[in-house]
Amino acid sequence: MATAAIVGSGNIGTDLLYKLLRSPHIEPRWMIGVDPASEGLRRARELGLEASPDGVDWLLAQAELPDIVFEATSAYVHVRNAPRYREAGIRCVDLTPAARGPFVVPPANLGEHLGEMNVNMVTCGGQATIPIVAAVSRVAPVDYAEIVATVASRSAGPGTRQNIDEFTRTTAKAVEAIGGAARGKAIIILNPAEPPLMMRDTIYCSLPLDADLDKVDRSIRDMAGEVRSYVPGYRLVADPQFDVPFADHDFGRVAVFVEVEGAGDFLPPYAGNLDIMTAAATKVGEEIAKAHFRAATKETV
Amino acid sequence: MAFSDTLDVRVTDTSLRDGSHAKRHRFSETDVRAVVAALDDAGMPVIEVAHGDGLGGSSFNFGFSAVDERTLIAAAVDQASRAKIAALMLPGVGTKDDIKAACDLGVAIVRVATHCTEADISEQHFKLARDMGMETVGFLMMSHSADPATLAAQARIMADAGAQCVYVVDSAGALILDDVTARVAALVEELGSDAQVGFHGHENLSLSLANTVLAVRAGAVQVDGSTRRLGAGSGNTSCEALAAVADRIGIRTGLDVIKMADAAEDVVRPVMDGECVLDRLSLMMGYAGVYSSFLKHAWRAAQRYNVPGAEILLECGRRKLVGGQEDQIIQIAAHLAATRAA
Repeated sequence: MATAAIVGSGNIGTDLLYKLLRSPHIEPRWMIGVDPASEGLRRARELGLEASPDGVDWLLAQAELPDIVFEATSAYVHVRNAPRYREAGIRCVDLTPAARGPFVVPPANLGEHLGEMNVNMVTCGGQATIPIVAAVSRVAPVDYAEIVATVASRSAGPGTRQNIDEFTRTTAKAVEAIGGAARGKAIIILNPAEPPLMMRDTIYCSLPLDADLDKVDRSIRDMAGEVRSYVPGYRLVADPQFDVPFADHDFGRVAVFVEVEGAGDFLPPYAGNLDIMTAAATKVGEEIAKAHFRAATKETV
Repeated sequence: MAFSDTLDVRVTDTSLRDGSHAKRHRFSETDVRAVVAALDDAGMPVIEVAHGDGLGGSSFNFGFSAVDERTLIAAAVDQASRAKIAALMLPGVGTKDDIKAACDLGVAIVRVATHCTEADISEQHFKLARDMGMETVGFLMMSHSADPATLAAQARIMADAGAQCVYVVDSAGALILDDVTARVAALVEELGSDAQVGFHGHENLSLSLANTVLAVRAGAVQVDGSTRRLGAGSGNTSCEALAAVADRIGIRTGLDVIKMADAAEDVVRPVMDGECVLDRLSLMMGYAGVYSSFLKHAWRAAQRYNVPGAEILLECGRRKLVGGQEDQIIQIAAHLAATRAA
């Protein structure tokens, strides 16, 4: 079991805390914020963690350091923190878009980067869609993949809103690098409907005209099952839709429709975009713990 | 209040952008050159050119451009002698890189569009555009879905971020007369001398021109139209009819009515696949409050899945879909088909 600190006591950090508390492989011990009045720090204390508003300085000054730190601040803050964790020999799972380390999307490429000191969780849209792109590209060449992530306005915080280009760029890059598409594109849509809608993602992949569609269909369904093993609210809302050829083009298209219902640990169920991020980070942390730290497990709550 | 000393209202022709939907994003360079030449000659002050869903819109979700929009924009800039060329961009679809590229191609005005309650996603784009010396316009899409006070508060966000004009955009063609007056007036009051107010209409309830006149009376000094109504849904406000009406009621637009009528008939019409008409599906869009560019997508999905297009659009309205959710049209159609088969 590995010990862990969560840096960032906002919504994401708090939701992550509930998930780590349930993990048999990770013991969350510290919660770090910068605001003494933080609701997240208060909750963490109530749940038995040591919580401090004095930032990473405080954490690194402790006699015992965590095995793993989960960064749930902002890209700007993580850029400054990343070298300090590295110097202290602490492994880092980065939930911000800072991308200091390689992108990790659990079912697609987690095994490749377990040795890295810093791994990056891409974006919420990336976590929801890249497994499907990878599922297609492992059985058929994908020249082009495109994802459309629709999230409830209420679940898009100021960080996402002011850096919306970073979301589309980072996700598109990871659709290529991790999804295995030769070219990637990402679109994000905010919908203010009330009651808030569940996170919806559509994944479009190009297909060669002679692709084995049954194989592609099976691969997509298998992958959705794998994601569901660590994000229980992840589901296909329709059968994969094949258009081969697509319109009058010399290639085909598969369209895959996904919905992500959050577990409701701390954030409301419609915020599946945030839930998949914390669930995927928990999964990554667990695999790192299993690979590098002693195998003893705690009793699950 | 007037746009300038010489114009009461500045008209932007959007047939080469909004019309991209009707044309299924298949404008050729020849089409663009012909339309720009004719409109430029008729005194059109601004001509917008881009993929229908804005810069970077060429995609599975929205439809691929037959010719790269940057090629079309470069042709328009080259062809225009008086008219300024504008381009639309939607944060979440395009990026700042697209604005930079458009600026480098000679685009003078960038119009940044968000859903009408999500203005804060446009801040970085306005800032970049202003830093590069471009003129800026903000687009509050689906304006029928927000009340005037909400819309005014969102317009304030755009103006503070650097928008020099904020448009009430009736993307669904669902605003009815007084609805327009109330929204434009609320923006005029909120923005004062900080930014101008504009209006963009659609013909889905047969009100685009009347709505546009009311917008001007409420203080809008920029309005959109499309020559021959070439736009999404049943098309936009007719530029040639607007020129004629404005002339009759003493609103100075700088447009030559006869040349506009000729451009519509002799130049734009031949470019179109068909007239933009107020048919059953377009009417449903205005009635249900559905984003106008869903029209062709719904039509295609109705054919592909053998389900009624009107049902697809009404479901889009019930689900409160916003611009960009074209993907959900396929899902709705597939669901309707599965339900019928069961």
